[in-house]
Amino acid sequence: MDRLHAYCAIHAHAFFSSLGRLLRTPFTTVMTVVVLALAIALAAGFYLLVANVQQLTAGIQNSNQISLFLKDSVSDDSGAQLAEKIKKYPTVEQVNVITKQQALAEFRQYSGFGEALDALEKNPLPTVLQVLPVSSLTDAGQLEQLVTSLDKLSAVDFAQMDMQWVKRLQSIMALAQRGVTLLSIILGSAVLFITGNTIRLELHNRRDEVVIAKLVGATDSFIQRPFLYTGFWLGFGSGVAAWLLVTVMMLILHQPMQRLSDLYGGIFDVRYLGFGETSMLWFISAVLGVCGSWIVLKYQLQQLKPE
Amino acid sequence: MLNFDHVSKRYADGGDALLDVSFHLRPGEIAFLTGHSGAGKSTLLKLIAVMERCSRGQVLLDGQNLNKAKDRHIPYIRRKLGLIFQDYKLLQDRTVFDNVALPLVIAGVGHQEICRRVRAAIDKVDLLGKENKYPQALSGGEQQRVGIARAVVNRPPLILADEPTGNLDPELSAEIMHLFEAFQQVGVTVLIATHDIALVERMGHRVLKLDHGRLVES
Repeated sequence: MDRLHAYCAIHAHAFFSSLGRLLRTPFTTVMTVVVLALAIALAAGFYLLVANVQQLTAGIQNSNQISLFLKDSVSDDSGAQLAEKIKKYPTVEQVNVITKQQALAEFRQYSGFGEALDALEKNPLPTVLQVLPVSSLTDAGQLEQLVTSLDKLSAVDFAQMDMQWVKRLQSIMALAQRGVTLLSIILGSAVLFITGNTIRLELHNRRDEVVIAKLVGATDSFIQRPFLYTGFWLGFGSGVAAWLLVTVMMLILHQPMQRLSDLYGGIFDVRYLGFGETSMLWFISAVLGVCGSWIVLKYQLQQLKPE
Repeated sequence: MLNFDHVSKRYADGGDALLDVSFHLRPGEIAFLTGHSGAGKSTLLKLIAVMERCSRGQVLLDGQNLNKAKDRHIPYIRRKLGLIFQDYKLLQDRTVFDNVALPLVIAGVGHQEICRRVRAAIDKVDLLGKENKYPQALSGGEQQRVGIARAVVNRPPLILADEPTGNLDPELSAEIMHLFEAFQQVGVTVLIATHDIALVERMGHRVLKLDHGRLVES
């Protein structure tokens, strides 16, 4: 029981004395923590940016609707006939006809160019058929085939998948996400090596202490302990500093982002790092700090022999 | 207690530090290790503290063959030894108390026991009242006594001292030597490396004399 108590006391001592040691050299500690925090904040900030933009695509319902813009020469009547014909396709669920008049009325209502339209001699808008494929048709290739075959119809000027831009945005986001992962790995290794190097210098500065401890019978794990805790504090401190940095950045960007969102009809809310994400950030930073120290100690302690 | 059996030590550069050295120290015995500088005194002590390994022969401590000890067992072997150095090797940024307590902290001794034993060790070397001083505030003789208190606090069966009086005047040296005799009287084995022949002769204990790596007198 006394032994267990002593063991806990050793841990507690190493835990707090390593923090105390860092605080006694504030300049060096701040320099290291700032460098680490910048690396972590870069990864976390990029992650948060992507998470914010992602809301753009998340809110939009995934629809495979295809719009067929008919040639100007095609009348509303022949447009309606064509719609009937397309409705018989096995892959098509439904077809809506938007006549030239309907299109004009809609445009007048939403665009605000009403007066400009009045100046035109004739309606410049084509008849549009909205084709909704059967819901079982989700494969991109088959959809593409349907669009091509519709595009080839003589009355059709051009066919377009309405949500193509969403799909493009989605693949851009997937790319950005992968970018975040890669960047995080690179910056994470930077954190690993920076803490490692800091611990190496610390070990060098305390060489005499390590040698004396070894001479009076200290095991490697006893000697390592305070250094591992130093790594922990550096990593954890940097994680907290990085979180602060990212949050301040978001506070500065909040207003312009909100304005942009409002202009697009409140398409997204400004997102900050949540509780789970913040805890994860601090945890990963602390683990990187400990691992960086551990790698260096593993190799350097064996070389540090008395005499 | 300590047994050297035809021990030789050759360094990587080809120099022979020890040649065919054999001797035996009984428990509770006190012995001086003498010889000119470079005769192999330090090497011999390093072999016992497993800071070096011998090239031939074997060193037995309490029946354990040090040459075959695994690296991870070395700390536990060193806990059986009290090491004392010419340059004291104290931690300058720790108090006298913390310096003396170090071996006990490392061994995982409980807090109350540490306080009790550190106080007893400091008392033995006559430094009570100076527990909270830093080594720099002490004289050379006092620093060496702190080093001795640290060496004996864990009650090791064998004390090794490498030129413990090298930096001290004759009066202080004699004082330190009497401390070692006091430890011997309670059953501790003591091996002291020194080239202070006059002091050795005055003390009249067993002498192991090295000359160019060979044991010429035991």
